[in-house]
Amino acid sequence: MAPYESDDSTTGVTGTTAGEADDLRSGRRTAARYVVPVAVVGVAAATIGLVPALASSGDPDLPKITAQQLIDRIAQSDVEQLSGTVKITTDLGLPDLGGLESGLLSGATGGSGSAGGGSSADPSAKLTELASGTHTLRVATDGPDRQKLSLLESAAEYSVIHDGKDVWGYDSKSNEVYHSTADDSAAKGDRREEPVPATPKGLTEEALKSVDATTSVTVDGTMQVAGRDAYKLLVKPKQSGSTVGTISVAVDAKTGLPLKFTLTPAGGGAAVVDAGFTRISFAKPAASTFDFTPPKGAKVTEGDDHGQGRESGKSRDDSAKGDKGDKGAKGAQGLEGFPGLSGLAGSEGAGDSKVIGEGWTSIAAFDSGSKSGLPTGSADGAAGAAGDLGGFLGSLGDKVTGKFGSGTVFSTRLVNALITDDGKVYVGAVTKGALVKAADADH
Amino acid sequence: MSRVEAAVPAGAVDVPRRPGPLWTFGLLRSELVTTFRRWRTLALLGVLAAVPVLVGIAVRIETGDGSPDGRGGGGPAFISQITNNGLFLVFTALAATLPFFLPMAIGVVAGDAIAGEAGAGTLRYLLVAPAGRTRLLLTKYATTIAFCLVATLVVAASAMLVGALLFPLGDLTTISGTRITFAEGLGRAALIALVVAASLTGVAALGLFVSTLTGSGIAAMATTVGLLITVQILDQIPQLHAIQPYLFSHYWLSFADLLREPVYWDDLVRNLGLQGLYAAVFGTAAWARFTTKDIST
Repeated sequence: MAPYESDDSTTGVTGTTAGEADDLRSGRRTAARYVVPVAVVGVAAATIGLVPALASSGDPDLPKITAQQLIDRIAQSDVEQLSGTVKITTDLGLPDLGGLESGLLSGATGGSGSAGGGSSADPSAKLTELASGTHTLRVATDGPDRQKLSLLESAAEYSVIHDGKDVWGYDSKSNEVYHSTADDSAAKGDRREEPVPATPKGLTEEALKSVDATTSVTVDGTMQVAGRDAYKLLVKPKQSGSTVGTISVAVDAKTGLPLKFTLTPAGGGAAVVDAGFTRISFAKPAASTFDFTPPKGAKVTEGDDHGQGRESGKSRDDSAKGDKGDKGAKGAQGLEGFPGLSGLAGSEGAGDSKVIGEGWTSIAAFDSGSKSGLPTGSADGAAGAAGDLGGFLGSLGDKVTGKFGSGTVFSTRLVNALITDDGKVYVGAVTKGALVKAADADH
Repeated sequence: MSRVEAAVPAGAVDVPRRPGPLWTFGLLRSELVTTFRRWRTLALLGVLAAVPVLVGIAVRIETGDGSPDGRGGGGPAFISQITNNGLFLVFTALAATLPFFLPMAIGVVAGDAIAGEAGAGTLRYLLVAPAGRTRLLLTKYATTIAFCLVATLVVAASAMLVGALLFPLGDLTTISGTRITFAEGLGRAALIALVVAASLTGVAALGLFVSTLTGSGIAAMATTVGLLITVQILDQIPQLHAIQPYLFSHYWLSFADLLREPVYWDDLVRNLGLQGLYAAVFGTAAWARFTTKDIST
């Protein structure tokens, strides 16, 4: 059958030889026309590759400033009203727990977040998701009484809203609401009093708490963050033995607000915590942002009976799944209890703890009250959490021995913990060697 | 054979005649009528309309005793909010159909567009008419896009109807926890339907390109749907996260960002940009193939 020429071909001749010539030419023309889609791909690739490079058009020119002046400016920063988007990436190096946790809690896969009982809208359970991976947050603040923090998820969102004396947690995925009043939220921890711990500001304040003789602070040029000119503050521990390499903070030149916080471990590699605004506005957020009424049909958990709910959930639901979920949730709480996640200098600890050392190499030491080395009882705070961690991460720890006896070290990229066989726990943002030394000295 | 021979000079003679723009509309109209009158198309739309009905009835039965949905966030997006507000059934239905049902329907229509005509032996008659191949291709693509929009609207309208019948309506709570009026909620639902329809333009262009490669309608449909499934699987493999932002289905669920307050535009813009890119690349590839191809059937 003779080939059919395309309509814009002027050759009306049919015949064997002409047909073959047409075939050839047609093939060439097809190839020539395929250049168009290839060119489209090329242009798109070039745009994707080049635009970010062109957009970061060098560092802004700002008047010189000393590190002390910059720290003062952060302290004097009185930004009351802002709204913005924060991107936070955390890589604490918790391989197994991280995977288990994101599988059970993150809800990215459809999540069985509330399997362990309690409310999935409980802020303390929910915000531990931030301990691994990349998350997008939205923050809005209007004075000290009204704040909102939202964790953007795929087709869902988790919000903590602080409006006057009410603190609401709303999980749109499960349509559950958590409610407490400001009083008992203060007792549970001040995390919700300032629901911006994950923002560069909260992280910077924690980091600057430990600025003293053991720290070198310098201004390291300028940069642009979220379209604003900023100074770059570099905080470095002077002591050896700390796992913290450098902390870099971008401080807004006009308002003194920290815009970006990056913590790089001494061991090198990707940042452990990298939180920065991708968009920020200092305009007053709409009042409706902070208005929250539980939607009809939503399950509301009150802060007071929350503990009971969790207990009954645990005893009632003893299926394999529920059990796993519970463990996952507890592990996650353990993460939160880790000194170092919230207070990066490792200055927090359980009730009867003491702090060994100073500055960046300070180590929290406490007795877990158990003589079994890896306690499985439910002691308070980090001790119980560490016990639960030990329960299923025992094989991951490294056995160490020293003058103190022997114990197990659990390592992350930032925080290391030593649990001795006689039940003592040493936790800090320090190297393994420093932990052993501290345990020896303490013994 | 003789018919073909006779058609050659006729086609050659027709070339110099430049058809007017009205003619294009005539062609588009006849294409639309042909497509939407097919039993196949109607059956696809019927299946799509049935999805919200099933979801609505299932949720209604599950929560009929007034207790809130206790599954704690499983299932398609927004399913736990349907009992508060029937409007959420629109979003749930779109979230449930977007990953597979909708693109599959688009794949069937787009894959059939050229290859189906070629397989049925009607393509040469279309080309005999003074349309020009580029124009015919554009008409086919426009018809497919129209089907994307109609299919999405069918799902949304069916969901709206079922939602209004089975569940209460009224002010709705956005996923950010703020409240918007029902009118604004309807506006957002309409916008979401448009975004979902636009999300399908990439698949439509891909299907059209595949359709120019083969003379068998079934082969083109199967290839398009196969590619769709492959891409969906690739999008789930964590190790491939480097290429996932460039898969056409990666940002599909970003339509949910329209339900945040304030709306989070980043992923929506990325999604629309990606669809535009796919449409441009595979549209021009289809053009390159179709305008130089030998049409013998």
